[in-house]
Amino acid sequence: MSTALDVHGLTKHFSTGGARLFSGRRKVHAVDDVSFSLRPGTITALVGESGSGKSTVARILARLHDPTGGSVLFDGQDATRSEILRYRSQVQMIFQDPFGSLNPVKTVAHHIERPLLIHGIVRKKDVAERVRELLTTVGLVPPEHIARKYPHELSGGQRQRVAIARALAVEPRVILADEPTSMLDVSIRIGILNLMLALKEERELAFLYVTHDLASARYVADEMLVMYAGQIVEQGPTEDVLQNPLHPYTRLLLSAVPDPRAGLRLADVSARGSHHSGIDPVAGCRFVERCPLAISLCRQRTPELVEARPGQGARCHVTAPAPEVLHA
Amino acid sequence: MTDMLDHPMREAPAVEKESLVELRELVVDYEIPGRRVRAIDHIDLTIHAGEIVGLAGESGCGKTTTGNAILQILREPARITNGQILFQGEDLVALSREQLRRFRWRNVSMVFQSAMNSLNPVMRVGDQFVDMMHAHQRISKRHALAQAGELLRMVGIDPDRTRSYPHELSGGMRQRVIIAMALALKPELVIMDEPTTALDVVVQREILQQIDALKRELDFAVLFITHDLSLLLEFADRIAIMYAGEIVESAPAAELYRAPQHPYTQGLMGSFPPLTGPIERMIGIPGSPPDLSNPPTGCRFHPRCPHCRSEDAVLYERQIADRPVLKPVGTDHLVACHLVEEGL
Repeated sequence: MSTALDVHGLTKHFSTGGARLFSGRRKVHAVDDVSFSLRPGTITALVGESGSGKSTVARILARLHDPTGGSVLFDGQDATRSEILRYRSQVQMIFQDPFGSLNPVKTVAHHIERPLLIHGIVRKKDVAERVRELLTTVGLVPPEHIARKYPHELSGGQRQRVAIARALAVEPRVILADEPTSMLDVSIRIGILNLMLALKEERELAFLYVTHDLASARYVADEMLVMYAGQIVEQGPTEDVLQNPLHPYTRLLLSAVPDPRAGLRLADVSARGSHHSGIDPVAGCRFVERCPLAISLCRQRTPELVEARPGQGARCHVTAPAPEVLHA
Repeated sequence: MTDMLDHPMREAPAVEKESLVELRELVVDYEIPGRRVRAIDHIDLTIHAGEIVGLAGESGCGKTTTGNAILQILREPARITNGQILFQGEDLVALSREQLRRFRWRNVSMVFQSAMNSLNPVMRVGDQFVDMMHAHQRISKRHALAQAGELLRMVGIDPDRTRSYPHELSGGMRQRVIIAMALALKPELVIMDEPTTALDVVVQREILQQIDALKRELDFAVLFITHDLSLLLEFADRIAIMYAGEIVESAPAAELYRAPQHPYTQGLMGSFPPLTGPIERMIGIPGSPPDLSNPPTGCRFHPRCPHCRSEDAVLYERQIADRPVLKPVGTDHLVACHLVEEGL
C-alpha cells in the first residue's frame, strides 16, 4: 500500500534549562527512535499521556521543530530538506486551541483566502467561490453568512471547523491534528470527529490524530500508535491494540479510562512509580519502574519494537520478545 | 399540563437520609450595567451526608458557579439574587462575613480546577498546612506539622514531603496535597471542581480511588463538578445534569446510565464513544450551548433538541414558550422536559 508520509528513526532531544556542575546540560529525549507511516485514506491515532512526546512528533512533521535525528520522507523525498512552501501545501496542521489559532481582527473569509492566494490554488476571481465551497465542506452553513464573521462571533466548534477549512484550502494530502477536540465542549466533539471521518473517505486524506483520549481514537482511527516517554511502545490496527493490547503500558492506560459501559465499579489500577521523564535515559525499558511484568532483562536492554502478531507490535521483552532475545 | 398538577412537585426521597446541603430556588446573576446574565436560574439540589453528588454539564452551564455559590466565594459582578442555601438547616446566604470565614474549610472545603497551581511556590508544603490550620484553630506548629504528615500519608504521599516545595512534586502529587488540605479540618462536604481534568488518565484514576477510599474512612460528602459524564457514571452516587443555568435531570448514577430521560442527557451520553463493544456512528448534539445573556424562550434546550419539531403544533408551542420544571419520573429521578411529561 502506498504511503503519504514515512517516518524513520525520528529523534528529538531538548536541552533542559538547568546545567549540572560537571556533566553539562541534561538532555530530554522527547522523541526517541520513532518510526511509522501515514497512508492515504487512513486515520492514524498517536496516543499517550502529557509529556510522552506525541505533540513533538506532530510538530516535527509540520516542520515547526527540526529533528535531532532520523528522517521524514514525503513522496520518497526527505521532507526536512524540501522547499517549505511546497511541503506545507501538502502537509497541514490543525492545533488544539481554536481560540489562539485564528486572528481575532480578521474575518473567517480572510483566514481561508490567505492560503488560497499564497499557494496560488485558484485564480483571484474564483477565491470567493472556493471559500464558500470549503466552508460548506466543513459544515459551516450558510457559507456567505459565516464568511463575514469574526472569530469571536463563532463557537469553539465553529472555530475549529474554520481551522479545518483553512487547512483544506491548500488541498493537502496529510493533516496533522493535534488534540483538535480537547478544548471543545463534549457535545460538539463528535461533530469534529465525524468531519475527520468524512474527509478521510471523500478526499483520501492521511490523518495523524494526536490525542490522549483513547475512546475518541477508537472511534476514528484505523491505526494506533501508543507513545510512552518518547518512544512508540505499541502499534497496530486500532481494534487489535485496544482489545488485545500487548504492552503493559497500553493495558494500564486502558484500565484507567472511565467507561461506564464496562461496569459501574471503580476498577483497581495498581500503577506503581511515576511517569518516566525522558531525561538522560539509560539502557533498559522506560516503563520498567511501573511494570507488573518486568524481568531482569528489562533493566539491561532497551526493547525493540517487535511484531508479535500480524501488523501489531510492541516494545516489550515479555509480551513481544525479539527472536534473538528468546534464543539468547 | 393540567394532569401534571395532580402530582406533587417533588416526592419525598425513598430512603430517609440526612440532608446536608439544600439549594432552594437558587439564582445567581452577573449584573453589569445595562446587562444581566443569569448564570443559575432557580435550581434545587440536595446533597445528603456522605454522598457523592456529580454535577455535569458543558462550559458555561453554571456548574462552577453553583459550587462557588455554596461556599459564597462568588466574585463581583456575580451575586446570589434569590433562594436559600441550607447547610444542616441553616441558611448560608444570611451568614455574616465572620461566620462565613469560620464556616468555610471547616464545614465545606473546595478543591479547584487548577488547584495544583494554587500552592504557594516559595513555601514548604508543611508550612502551608500550618498556615491553614492556624487560621481555624489553636494548634502548635509542631502538632500541626505532625497532622500535615498524617494527612499526606492518607493521600498516599510520604509524610516527609511536608519539607518539600511544590515544584519538587509532580502535578498529581500536588493535587493530592490539595485534597489532603481540603480534608484537614474534617469538613462535612468537599466541593471538587474538575479536580482531575488537568491530569493524565492513570493519575486521575488513582486520585479517584483515593477519594473513594478516604470517603469511606472519613464519611464526608462530595459535590463533584465535571464535564466528563462517563467519569461521574462510575464515580458518583447521584448525578445532576445542568444545561444553560438549570438542572434538567437528576437521578442515581446507575439509573441515569440505564435510562436517561432528558434529550440533553441522552445527547451527552451519545457524545462519549465507547471503548468496548460495537462502534456506531454517533451524532453528538447539533448546535452549541446558548448565550445566557439572551437564553432561548421556553425550554432552553429546544433549539438543539431533536424532538422539538413544528409538526406537532401543540407540543411545539409549549416547547418554545413554556419552561419545563423538574418532575419526578421514578425513585429519586427528576426530569424537566415537556416530552417526558407527555409520556412520549
